Amino acid sequence: MEEAIQGTHLEELKPPVTSVGVIGWVKNNLFNGWFNSILTIVILFFLWKTVPFLFRWAFIDSVWHTPGQGCREAAGACWSIISTNFRFIIFGFFPYEQQWRPLLAMMILFGLLFYSRDRNHWKKPLGYAWIMGLFTMGLLMKGGLFGLTPVESTQWGGLPLTLLLSVFGLTAAYPLGVLLALGRQSKMPALKLLCILYIELIRGVPLISLLFMSSIIFPLFLPEGITINKILRAQVAIILFTAAYIAEVVRGGLQGMSRGQYEAAESMGLNYYLTMRLVILPQALKIVIPPTVSILISAFKDTSLVVIIALFDLLKTTQSVLSNPEWMGFSREAYIFIAILYFLGCFSMSNYSRKLEKELSRGD
Amino acid sequence: MPERLREKIGATRGYDKFMENALPGKVPFWLDPKKRAIMFQIAVLAMVGLLAYYLVSNTLFNLKKQSIATGFTFFQRESSFEIGESLIPYSAASSYGRALVVGALNTLKVAFIGVVFTIILGAILGVARLSSNWLVSKLAAIYIEVMQDIPVLLQLFFWYAIFYETLPSPGQALCPISGLFLCNRGVAFAVPESHPAHKYMVLALLVGCGVVYLLRRWARKRQEKTGKMFPVFRVSMGIVVGLPAITWLAFGAPMNMDIPKLVGFNFEGGITVSPEFIALLLGLILYTAAFVAEVVRAGIQSVSKGQREAAMSIGLRPPLVVNLVVLPQALRVIIPPLTSQMLNLTKNSSLAVAIGYPDFVSVANTTINQTGQAIEGVALIMAVYLIFSLSTSAFMNWYNKRVALVER
Repeated sequence: MEEAIQGTHLEELKPPVTSVGVIGWVKNNLFNGWFNSILTIVILFFLWKTVPFLFRWAFIDSVWHTPGQGCREAAGACWSIISTNFRFIIFGFFPYEQQWRPLLAMMILFGLLFYSRDRNHWKKPLGYAWIMGLFTMGLLMKGGLFGLTPVESTQWGGLPLTLLLSVFGLTAAYPLGVLLALGRQSKMPALKLLCILYIELIRGVPLISLLFMSSIIFPLFLPEGITINKILRAQVAIILFTAAYIAEVVRGGLQGMSRGQYEAAESMGLNYYLTMRLVILPQALKIVIPPTVSILISAFKDTSLVVIIALFDLLKTTQSVLSNPEWMGFSREAYIFIAILYFLGCFSMSNYSRKLEKELSRGD
Repeated sequence: MPERLREKIGATRGYDKFMENALPGKVPFWLDPKKRAIMFQIAVLAMVGLLAYYLVSNTLFNLKKQSIATGFTFFQRESSFEIGESLIPYSAASSYGRALVVGALNTLKVAFIGVVFTIILGAILGVARLSSNWLVSKLAAIYIEVMQDIPVLLQLFFWYAIFYETLPSPGQALCPISGLFLCNRGVAFAVPESHPAHKYMVLALLVGCGVVYLLRRWARKRQEKTGKMFPVFRVSMGIVVGLPAITWLAFGAPMNMDIPKLVGFNFEGGITVSPEFIALLLGLILYTAAFVAEVVRAGIQSVSKGQREAAMSIGLRPPLVVNLVVLPQALRVIIPPLTSQMLNLTKNSSLAVAIGYPDFVSVANTTINQTGQAIEGVALIMAVYLIFSLSTSAFMNWYNKRVALVER
């Protein structure tokens, strides 16, 4: 038997060269059909015309460490605007000798964020660590305790301000948003109406109108003699704005809960508070983690709007460098640098959200 | 209490009676869920009312102290500021009310043009993202990811900077194709010289649209009755393009163009679009299109492969598969998030104030600075955007209902 098989030895046929390997891949992915072939050629031609040019501009002809005059003579990009003004762009008017403090605060923030990446770490101690961390960050920025020189909030600026507005904004907006969502789903008509009015009103207007309100009208709301600083007012506006969007996302999660969950909780004798806290919210909030992250991303991007009410966030410090005659005319380089910073922040968030979505859909 | 049980008990013995039997003695009012709910609501309303009263009384006091008059009487006063571009006649001698109308029209202009181009670009990108061509789909993916992750305000500043830093002055304006000039004062392009024929061409276009509407109704009825299809799209395109073209020919085909010419430091003739408008439009379109692309992609992917295969197996040709099977189902998924993207674009157009395009927020801001009527100004801004948002979502809800699935 074995001999017979050996005897009728079949020659192994390899697949044709044109359907495997590099050639096969190119044929299947770039030149399948006449339309795609033309498209590929046109795009390759376009890339060949632009990419080397941009590469030369950004890396070969560019200057990295010269004063403004050297930049004007260079043919390529002027990255010196970043390297020379780096500390001002990042820290704004924060006193020069004290800039280790916002740096440390940001490092604490990044450390906490990095540690929170893993879902196995989401336990109570992490919550306490966050509270401690936020408190330490506030202390580092403000000073006045433990021998730290107090720094007026008018001197806060740059990246720490951007991060501060986003992180504190989100921390405060999240619980408020959950409350609003619960209010909107509630059976009490007055409460429901108030929440609907609030959510729809806020979602219907641009953030900038709320920021105007915080900077122009809010002082009128307060009794005589009391003033609240500008950053806090902008922060309140961002919180109120983001909360309405979070409320809508959370509502989606609440609506996704089946009636059985409510009934089961009720049949166990849980009251409203316990039903929500132990049964409904843990599940509903878990479903909506991915859309919540996209709200976080847009809130992070939206903090850039405080430029319009003249707070010195990352964008505004960059613009004030650009208004210096020495660096006038290098907006492209400066804005590209800021764009890269924002991109890194948002991209890591959206990447994380995708990873989390995958983990959650695995159903562990 | 589960409602079904309550109904059962209510039907047999009366719910209240059951409660009395189940719980001997009267229930204290703070344990009765119904009464507690009422009390809770009264408490919340009272708190909101008190807060409102506190804020309003503070505000009134502060306004009195700073001797600011409230009300909208400033509408009639002379505005005494110029607005760079306007769809209706306006000068510094016009009233504040008119200035605000100019601002609102400018917002509508940028929002309308922005929405049209965003949908086109977004649809192209969304389809490109799903292309079987690796290069196309990867490039679209990179574009979508990068644009979504950069704040729109930064993009506006970037395009504006590109305009006024990179482009030459009007004297050395770039001229990539004849009749189009690019310079740091904006873009100037040639338009056909005004001619009496244009009025009739517009009329012909309107008539064509009316005919197409009737034709579509007739074609649908005929198809329902006889099953015969009529090439509606090709014929209507012919009518819509053909009628104005025939009118144009009938007037002797006027070909004269109004070409912009450099007079002093600026272009005259043709149409000049300001750099602010272009930067705003470009920023909004490029940013929002990235989101629209994701919406379109999700919509197309929501139509399962089986639908396409089924359509092909009953012998429909590819264009018909798309038109009759894929699009109607994909649109149902696409429309709601698309609406919110369009609203986002409209709301983001308020960022025009940062680069100096005279939109509503920008004009209202100037008005606030000149008159000190901060409360009225901000309230107006909010009211105008609310009207835009609510009317758009009302329209989209109506449309959404039309394309929604009719379940049988």
